[in-house]
Amino acid sequence: MAYSYQLKRVDFIFRNENDYEKVLSATIKKKPEDIINELISSELKGRGGAGFPTGLKWKLTAESKAPKKYVICNADEGEPGTFKDREILSKVPYKVLTAMAVCGYVTGATEGFIYLRGEYKFLEEELKKVIDEFHYYCKEINLDFTIKIFMGSGAYICGEETALMESMQGRRGEPRNKPPFPTQAGYMNMPTVVNNVETLVHAFTIFKYGAKKFYDLGVQYSRGTKLFSVSGDTPKPGIYELELGMSLQDFVYEFGDGDTKAVQVGGASGFLVPRKKFKDTAIGYEGKLVGISLPTGGSMMLFNSSRSMFNVLDNYLEFFREESCGQCTPCRVGCQQLLLGIKAVKRGEKPASYLNKLLKLTETMQLTAKCGLGQSVANSFSSIVENFREEMIY
Amino acid sequence: MEKKIQVTINGFPVDIQKGKTILEAAEEEGIKIPTLCYHKDLCVAGNCRVCVVEVVGQKRLSAACATPCEEGMEILTNSLKVRNSRKHIIELLLAEHNADCTKCYRNGNCELQDLASEYKIMTQDFIELAPLKNYTIDMFSPSIMKDDSKCIRCQRCVRTCAELQGVNALTVAYKGDRMKIATFFEKAMNDVVCTNCGQCVNHCPTGALVEKNYIEEVWEAISDPTKHVVVQTAPAVRVGLGEEMGMKPGERVTGKMAAALKRLGFDSVLDTDFTADLTIIEEGNELLSRLKKALVDKDKNVKLPMATSCSPGWIKYIEHLYPEYLDNLSTCKSPQQMFGALAKTYYAKARNLDPENIISVSIMPCTAKKFEAHRPEMHDSGYRDVDYVLTTRELAILIKQAGLDFDKLPPAKFDRLMGESTGAGVIFGATGGVMEAALRTAYELVTGREVPFENLNITSVRGMEGVRKATIKIEKPLKEWAFLDGVELKCAVAHGLVNAKKVMDAIKAGKADFHFVEIMACPGGCLGGGGQPIPTNPEIRGKRAEAIYAEDAELPIRKSHENPEVQKLYKDFLKEPLGEISHHLLHTKYTKRERF
Repeated sequence: MAYSYQLKRVDFIFRNENDYEKVLSATIKKKPEDIINELISSELKGRGGAGFPTGLKWKLTAESKAPKKYVICNADEGEPGTFKDREILSKVPYKVLTAMAVCGYVTGATEGFIYLRGEYKFLEEELKKVIDEFHYYCKEINLDFTIKIFMGSGAYICGEETALMESMQGRRGEPRNKPPFPTQAGYMNMPTVVNNVETLVHAFTIFKYGAKKFYDLGVQYSRGTKLFSVSGDTPKPGIYELELGMSLQDFVYEFGDGDTKAVQVGGASGFLVPRKKFKDTAIGYEGKLVGISLPTGGSMMLFNSSRSMFNVLDNYLEFFREESCGQCTPCRVGCQQLLLGIKAVKRGEKPASYLNKLLKLTETMQLTAKCGLGQSVANSFSSIVENFREEMIY
Repeated sequence: MEKKIQVTINGFPVDIQKGKTILEAAEEEGIKIPTLCYHKDLCVAGNCRVCVVEVVGQKRLSAACATPCEEGMEILTNSLKVRNSRKHIIELLLAEHNADCTKCYRNGNCELQDLASEYKIMTQDFIELAPLKNYTIDMFSPSIMKDDSKCIRCQRCVRTCAELQGVNALTVAYKGDRMKIATFFEKAMNDVVCTNCGQCVNHCPTGALVEKNYIEEVWEAISDPTKHVVVQTAPAVRVGLGEEMGMKPGERVTGKMAAALKRLGFDSVLDTDFTADLTIIEEGNELLSRLKKALVDKDKNVKLPMATSCSPGWIKYIEHLYPEYLDNLSTCKSPQQMFGALAKTYYAKARNLDPENIISVSIMPCTAKKFEAHRPEMHDSGYRDVDYVLTTRELAILIKQAGLDFDKLPPAKFDRLMGESTGAGVIFGATGGVMEAALRTAYELVTGREVPFENLNITSVRGMEGVRKATIKIEKPLKEWAFLDGVELKCAVAHGLVNAKKVMDAIKAGKADFHFVEIMACPGGCLGGGGQPIPTNPEIRGKRAEAIYAEDAELPIRKSHENPEVQKLYKDFLKEPLGEISHHLLHTKYTKRERF
């Protein structure tokens, strides 16, 4: 088919030049303010999915006054369809450690933690070795920074940063009220930077090559590159580093199997985009650009016409029903109602119009749930129900 | 003084201290924002989401209880967005809740029911969840029943058990749709560290946690002509019952209560305050004898500090968590159990009744008392010493069922025997009261003079501070107590088990050299007990405490040892404090229990 498209493959993240010592020692010779400004000017945003400006996060933590501060690398990669952090931690872990150490230098933290997903236990041993080596180097250059691994236990909700910290403090993994934000009162109530694994690697890239090189990639509001975990009905599933801002159409041309019916962008908590909207959808953070811009933590699931969207939604809702921490009403009861509701409609026990009631419910969940989990159930639910309504009913 | 900031609520400007939450700001403005998981006794959870409000400019709604006001905030508490969301949340809670209200013990006093009524939730479109789950009601405890089908997961009970009591018998288990409030390994409440204090019952917004009620049993006993039913009423009941009958907190209804009990058909309406006075005589003498053994005989085995044993929640707590200190407990039974033992011996004999035909009922501000009455060691009269224990709330139900217009009842007096009491007995109902009553008696016993405080008010042990300490120097004692000359009697008072823990840990660490400690399981003492009217909060507890001390101040006799009925009891029956009969009827021992 004659269609001119361009997917820009990039190779920063996994490029391995074994030069972390050089990058670290060179970076911490700069003033903390300069490092923060560099990060801010790169417009790097959090790669876990929420997209908070990383430079600002570091700045706020640096400005908080407290006897102790912490850096946490969020490696609780639990979003269905995401598997990039695992790859980063097994291929280029030292990049993550370096960025954490720089963050410690910038913010005044001397302790860092990697919150490692319970299912990634197999990474722990190797990671520990790398950390030991890294500690040795830190000592050599007189940098007071140590990193520990904290093993998660398999709850999806612990990827939410405040639940993660609760879990680290030995409590039940339940999200906290915000404010205060972690930059003011995080782990042990001390100012804390929580960054996704990939965010830290991008920070490394910026320290090494400068902000401009990063900024020049991507589009307005969505700068730089992103790792995508491509799965589903695709001939080439895997992990790809691509520039942000691409259109979903281009993505499907590259990765689709020719029969792509819809793409779920951002995992279970993301949006489902049907074929007719591929052209108008760009992958990136919300901005003032024309068309829909969808952020993602990296998960891209392709579905071809053999898939029932009802089953897809049913699967997501089952996931949420179980992975909600259960503390807040809209999420705990809402998820159960959505799941039972679509089943009841499918079985004809509730009228098709009941779907509208459920859509209203997701609005309330989005408005009132305590954390991102409950708030984002609406994304997949409304995008699937609105675009594939007939599949829900018949 | 903290800086003031300005916000607007529903368009009207409000000056509010920095750091206050939206909920507090609205309350100051006289705007009610509905809440469920919020309770003034507890930390903010922000999990029910009923209190959401709109902050103009923000994408999502904010939980009013958990969001601090910020300069210039425009808050809408009743916008359409807020109303719709709030209604939705109430509907969700009702879908999860076993809303069989007419069959619920809390029918008429349920925060969820109130909300449903306020928001006129007339339909239920959502799928009812309770029937889909295999809920069972935990009825094994003689004190507390737990029905998960009525639980709205606000975690007030969990926070109560952790923050007020430091017991952590109730905690959150599982996640997602299976998330529930559970005990260790979902054992029955009766088999875990639960102290039966009932604070969870008092803090539960719905009927998920209620006391086990014995209303029908008591009606049956009253109606049985072959039975002589005696009733005793604890000191804290008379300052709480009024609230259940529609009065303001802090109203004293002693006379009306006695009148109501008589009209309910009890054969004899008596007073636990009488045995409170008796407790003071026994416990005071026990303390002095321990001091003598320690100071004069240099007996290394004598255990100090001596701790009070009136609060059955505290007793069970120490059995579970500090069993190595069981010997520090006073061997005295609680006033309720002393009363029970005497009712079926001394009272029966004096009134010429067969103890087998006596049913002994007690009205308590407490759920742990139900458990206490069930203890196997509480059979010293040869029968079960106390047959049924009702809470203040259950008594209110009895009165309402009997159709009595409480307001119009002319005050009555307690019957005799065992109905006479003193101000010292009354203050048992407040934290520090046992200590104060004991000091009034012990000091006078030792020195022959009244305690050196104005109007006998030992204000240093009063108040609502979690742990209070006091020292009283004994000067110029009578000859037989000469060994106490110059001794500084060190006392500590704690209420709420989380504060008991502080005292016990200090003792354990060797950092405390108290002689006598008073510990009450519930915040505020019995007046804040788990069996008291719902709601109970810091303000209400303060009002009830004022009422207790006012009652004390008005009574002609305010020292336990001057209670003429108690004096007569010793003369006719017990012979002497700590004597053989006392030992048999009024003292007991406790046992170690598991820690989970």
